[in-house]
Amino acid sequence: MTLPKVIRGKAWKFGANIDTDQIIPAKYAIYSLDEIELGKHAMEGVPDRDGWAAGVEAGDILVAGSNFGCGSSREIAPIAIRGAGISLVIADSYARIFFRNAINLGYPILQSPQAAEAVVEGDELEVDLEQGIIRDFTRSDEYRCEAFPPFMNELLKMGGLVPWVRERLRERRLAARA
Amino acid sequence: MGMTMTEKILARASGRESVRPGDLILAKIDFAMGHDLTIPPAGKIMREQMGAEKIWDPDRVAVTQDHFQPAKDAASATLGRLTREFSHQMGIKWYFEVGQGGICHTVLPENGLVLPGELVVGADSHSCTYGALNNFATGIGSTDLACVMALGELWFRVPETLKFVYHNRLQEWVEAKDLILYVIGKIGVDGARSKAMEQVGETLKYIDMEARLTITNMAIEAGAKNGILEFDEVTKEYLDGRAKRPYTPVFSDPDAEYEKVFEFDAAAVELGVAKPMSPDNYAPLSEVIGTRLDQVFIGSCTNSRITDLRRAAAVLEGHKVAAGCRLIITPSSHQVAIQAEKEGLIRTFLAAGAAWTTATCGACLGGHMGVLGEGEVCLSTTNRNFPGRMGHPKAMVYLSNPAVAAASAVTGVITHPSEVLKHMPAGIR
Repeated sequence: MTLPKVIRGKAWKFGANIDTDQIIPAKYAIYSLDEIELGKHAMEGVPDRDGWAAGVEAGDILVAGSNFGCGSSREIAPIAIRGAGISLVIADSYARIFFRNAINLGYPILQSPQAAEAVVEGDELEVDLEQGIIRDFTRSDEYRCEAFPPFMNELLKMGGLVPWVRERLRERRLAARA
Repeated sequence: MGMTMTEKILARASGRESVRPGDLILAKIDFAMGHDLTIPPAGKIMREQMGAEKIWDPDRVAVTQDHFQPAKDAASATLGRLTREFSHQMGIKWYFEVGQGGICHTVLPENGLVLPGELVVGADSHSCTYGALNNFATGIGSTDLACVMALGELWFRVPETLKFVYHNRLQEWVEAKDLILYVIGKIGVDGARSKAMEQVGETLKYIDMEARLTITNMAIEAGAKNGILEFDEVTKEYLDGRAKRPYTPVFSDPDAEYEKVFEFDAAAVELGVAKPMSPDNYAPLSEVIGTRLDQVFIGSCTNSRITDLRRAAAVLEGHKVAAGCRLIITPSSHQVAIQAEKEGLIRTFLAAGAAWTTATCGACLGGHMGVLGEGEVCLSTTNRNFPGRMGHPKAMVYLSNPAVAAASAVTGVITHPSEVLKHMPAGIR
């Protein structure tokens, strides 16, 4: 699975310190192997966001404040957001395990304090993943993204940690045979 | 240029002379942990997607049945079964069945499985707990765990280190929990985001290993990658007769570089709580005295080891839980439960009218045995109180130490423990 070069979608806006219990309450961990079911409950723990997932259209973009995804290590947090149909997450900053999990899944996330500040819910966005530029058509503005270290970009491009491990295992098998 | 303890461990594990903050490394794992919520996806990813048939070293993996076990419903029973089958098929040496283990972050230290100088990962955010034993320990996701089980290695970004220096001794009633809640209140839930929290100083000399585990347990609540303490006599004594492998402690160099150094006077820290709905919403206890409670929960990897239960029992002895309030006590491991039984603590809890449960994460994450309903107010000895953590998003959770929790259960409102017990008897640790 390779990433698209450009992603377009409508923005959903969330605040700072949205933790993983709000992104996907622990009780839904029983669906850890079912992305569609998880998607139905994404962001259900955020107060006053009842029924949010049902309103998401495939391709929409989630924009959040700082420390997005803090709390539990549950990998079902990015999986639930992806399952809800969100094509991309943009945040001011990420908690580290959420960040790792998204990269490992090959799920595109971007860090842009500018966008996190300026974007308003409902804005029409276009994101150029290669150049790291977010265009806000509603506001006729453009925001920059922070660059990730090359290894993380490599993981994202190849589709996450799974293909990377497959390659390491293949190398090891070859070495063992030789 | 010198290195911090964290940098030394990561340098050794990645086969380098030295590492600097920001370096991306591939490091060898000394010990890994997963549980009933994270093993099923990790096992599936490892076998079906990565194509690995066996795990790199079955002697260096622990698996606990703790989050939704004993199974809270049929779906959890399936997760328990997948966890059990995977562990047996892979020959995992440190598999802890329901009724024989308990909460991972208590079980691994008490069995001497996580040791000084090691690089430990756990598919659970509170894996940073182990750092009290002078290792680098951090929480990872399920794909990460699958990678570790397949290869015995994982990628890391070397973190910047923040140093926290604690001076003087804690006052009467004030515990490690109050200290770490105070610190998180000062720096915020993202105050140490992705960084190492090295915690040192005279205060720690007087804090036993169980309470030290409370301090590192909550490093994640400040967003830290790991929390790490120095190796000393207390560490050595705890590990003597317990450590399952030989180990080599690490020490920060005198010229190690820190991004920032924080100094705290521990003697000035009061009894405190984190108010709803964030672990950094610190308030001195005096500010919330009298808050009406529906439930008090003493449990979790943060504050339900034997020393925690002893203090709770000392407060509860001869008292009853207030009408209109309920008290749930969940030991953090089976060994803790056995010890509590030997010491007569369980009798005290039952006589007080508390619900005593088996060892499980249970109510802490709104799993089972103490889930909160809409608008309910709970005082809990757990680690985080974001909206919905213990159940309904509009339930209100206050975090405190176990003595405050026990005293508050007796009165039904948030209470200073000295209102119920004049002084904690000497020797109760």
